[in-house]
Amino acid sequence: MWRWLIPLSVVPVLGLLAYGFRVNPRDIPSPLVGRPAAPFVLRTFDGRDVSLESLRGRVVVLNFWASWCYPACYEEAPALERSWRAYRGREVSVVGVAIQDQPDAARKFIADFSLSFPNAPDPDGKVSVDYGVYGVPETFFIDRAGRIRRKQTGAVSDDLFRREVEKLLGEPA
Amino acid sequence: MRRAGLLALALAVLVGGRSVEARAPEAPRLATGVAAAATGPANAAPTVDEETVRRVAAQLRCVVCQNLSVLDSPSEMAAQMRAIIRERLAAGEAPEQVVQYFVAKYGEWILLSPREHGFNLLVWAAPVVSVLVGLAVVAVLLRRWTRPRARPATPIDPALRERIRRELDSLP
Repeated sequence: MWRWLIPLSVVPVLGLLAYGFRVNPRDIPSPLVGRPAAPFVLRTFDGRDVSLESLRGRVVVLNFWASWCYPACYEEAPALERSWRAYRGREVSVVGVAIQDQPDAARKFIADFSLSFPNAPDPDGKVSVDYGVYGVPETFFIDRAGRIRRKQTGAVSDDLFRREVEKLLGEPA
Repeated sequence: MRRAGLLALALAVLVGGRSVEARAPEAPRLATGVAAAATGPANAAPTVDEETVRRVAAQLRCVVCQNLSVLDSPSEMAAQMRAIIRERLAAGEAPEQVVQYFVAKYGEWILLSPREHGFNLLVWAAPVVSVLVGLAVVAVLLRRWTRPRARPATPIDPALRERIRRELDSLP
């Protein structure tokens, strides 16, 4: 019996390693998906207030970004702007939140990509923490009822935006 | 006998695991001077005990760092998280409620020490189990190596026996 015990003891260790190596440690599932999105009120870079409450009934795409987040934020900014222009007349709102950023650098980013959807800083990090943000870019797709339906970690593409937004637009308000 | 030994070992492993679970180390850390300085921004509410802020911050992972607590990290995000901890404590929340707020937002990933339930128990029990199994293996091997071996009686070659007898007889 002892002869088999040592080789057999390797099996659970190998099993654990096989499981561990197949899991992406950077892919952290958000507990917020399916839950009501945390309310927020942000002052945009051009001085207007934007709140989740004021967007109730619309599909909201909440995007967290930073000007220092290269290349992912630079890749998705044009896709977000294109998608926003395509969907702005269809009860879809896009809100950008610049986190851990210098105001001037963030403004330059907005100008460089001609972003026309509202963008606001999160100076005390409260909105970031309320949404469990741990990196940039992260994007939350919020349905008309105000529930977080999907969290995208990493750049949003035109395809992903269209797929998620069309799905949420197809649901009753 | 051997089966009883195994049973005792399994029991010891279980008891060992339990005792670890019962201890549930909260791992409060001593703040370094730098970290302590970083936890005290100007908007600190005077009623909040900084030691409580540090104790909560020490349990939470700095979300933008590699394996650093919110207490130890010099990053801006960690400073903001410390400010949020302080603000929530000042608003009357218990330290556990503040920790729970972060868990609700980030999941248990935010905790530097995983909670002792379910699959997480493996993390707490595995070191103890490994040591116990190792000790058991060493004990078995030691016993095997040090046990005096009963040598089998080797049959003496009849020719040799005859030769010895002859030589003994020939002695004066």
